[in-house]
Amino acid sequence: MAKTRYSIVQVLAQAFRGQRGWAPVWRDAEPKAQYDVIIVGGGGHGLATAWYLASQHGITNVAVVEKGYLGSGNVGRNTTIIRSNYLLPGNVPFYEHSLKLWEGLEQDINYNAMVSQRGVLNLCHSDAQRDAYARRGNAMRLHGVDAELLDRDAVRRMYPFFDYDSARFPIVGGLLQPRGGSVRHDAVAWGYARAADQRGVDLIQNCEVTGIRVEGGRAVGVETGRGFIGAGKIGLACAGNSSRVAAMAGLRLPIESHVLQAFVSEGLKPFFDGVVTYGAGHFYVSQSDKGGLVFGGDIDGYNSYAQRGNLPVVEDVCESGMALMPGMGRLRVLRQWGGIMDMSMDGSPIIDRTPVDGLYLNAGWCYGGFKATPASGWCFAHLIARDEPHEVAKALRLDRFAQGYPIDERGAGAQPNLH
Amino acid sequence: MRIICPLCGERGAEEFVYHGDATVRRPHPDSSAETWNAYVHLRDNPAGRHSELWYHAAGCHAWLVVERDVRTHEIFAVTLAQDVALARRPVTA
Ligand SMILES: Cc1cc2nc3c(=O)[nH]c(=O)nc-3n(C[C@H](O)[C@H](O)[C@H](O)COP(=O)(O)OP(=O)(O)OC[C@H]3O[C@@H](n4cnc5c(N)ncnc54)[C@H](O)[C@@H]3O)c2cc1C
Ligand SMILES: [Zn+2]
Repeated sequence: MAKTRYSIVQVLAQAFRGQRGWAPVWRDAEPKAQYDVIIVGGGGHGLATAWYLASQHGITNVAVVEKGYLGSGNVGRNTTIIRSNYLLPGNVPFYEHSLKLWEGLEQDINYNAMVSQRGVLNLCHSDAQRDAYARRGNAMRLHGVDAELLDRDAVRRMYPFFDYDSARFPIVGGLLQPRGGSVRHDAVAWGYARAADQRGVDLIQNCEVTGIRVEGGRAVGVETGRGFIGAGKIGLACAGNSSRVAAMAGLRLPIESHVLQAFVSEGLKPFFDGVVTYGAGHFYVSQSDKGGLVFGGDIDGYNSYAQRGNLPVVEDVCESGMALMPGMGRLRVLRQWGGIMDMSMDGSPIIDRTPVDGLYLNAGWCYGGFKATPASGWCFAHLIARDEPHEVAKALRLDRFAQGYPIDERGAGAQPNLH
Repeated sequence: MRIICPLCGERGAEEFVYHGDATVRRPHPDSSAETWNAYVHLRDNPAGRHSELWYHAAGCHAWLVVERDVRTHEIFAVTLAQDVALARRPVTA
């Protein structure tokens, strides 16, 4: 296996060979009979977990078992926004840990993930909303997270083309997190995959887990389309399909699967510097490095395992976009797709042990799990390696619902439509 | 996706409000905390046929029980939730 270190020298050397000398980025591994750890799900979280198991805990006899190809799930379908502008104590330290890991990720895995801290701006449209953002900003600052409350003029200087004079929803200001931004989502999957592979982790694609073998209350391996694979420990990171896979071990989760859509417009010259969320409807937008506007809004709102959405939400998202920046009406949408996510009952994730020994759960990421990828992998690896939760993920327990400690950012009660 | 309301006929899904799994039943007030937790939080979340509650908000305001395949959005049956509840009620003398 060639372990090329990517560098500018490599790129230049390859330029003289017509870029034809690159080795495959990872091995296409065949399953072995037994591993120390099996991670089910080759999305961002599963791959990050494998990398941190290898790099932080020295556990390299690991397989990532993926039913499709690596990155075929939500890690390759999201709108790539990263931020840590949370309110509640159970969430803020975790997401801030994630943002810090993003900041050093490319050096850590030697892969250009195009981490771009272009700033995330949440717009507010009423005094009450501004007060709520002031509170959130203060909560963030108390946790050492960067936050700036902007007035209308400051927002206008950044984005002159928004509709500031809308009679119903005037823009009165915004909460800016300058360190937030976006990351090339596929590169995150590829980068973690390559880094883990180089430490000896087996990445097994086209291998669906169809059963979890439990003997005497302990998980001992997985049944797959390619036969039984034994494991000392099993970690589930099956975003969107967590209920189905956990059910193979007899678990019932506080999760519903829902579809979220994303949209990309035709390419434009660079004009949209950061990431902006509209506060009067649900709409978030940024411009990709290729020039297309990348945007999205609400989930469709009903249980779904179909990786496509319905038209009413397309209309709703585009209406919100038009309300924010009417000029968008001149654009054509190039592509639109959907991804299936675990919507948990309090809008927050789960990283925990399960009632089955040796079986660990990473689930419930709703539609904010991309930004969590590094910390999720970091904390899940910690949990699997040491059998105790990582400090910043202590609140993300599976039994918090039964115990009455939900982490309900929106304060909306048990509803699987939060994020 | 379109839903055939038994009272209003075929309408776009945007006229309806979704309320999730129709098979969960409110437990008896004296039930254990475990039972209540399951009712409030835990769901089967199957990938296939799903029985679910929809409210015809922009129509007749009836609650409906819709049988739908959540992988294809194919709808097999739509019943008034009232009829489902009445059929469930134990017959008393
Ligand atoms: C349209 C959209 C936009 C989003 N935008 C954002 C955003 O801007 N910012 C943000 O932070 N988050 C966003 N998210 C959420 C984020 O993408 C997810 O929370 C996150 O990617 C989930 O973790 P993952 O990467 O591990 O998931 P996935 O990539 O979905 O990985 C799970 C993997 O498990 C595999 N799997 C499932 N069942 C089995 C099985 N039985 N056997 C083997 N493998 C199996 C799947 O094939 C899949 O590859 C968005 C999501 C969507 C759908
Ligand atoms: Zn009706």
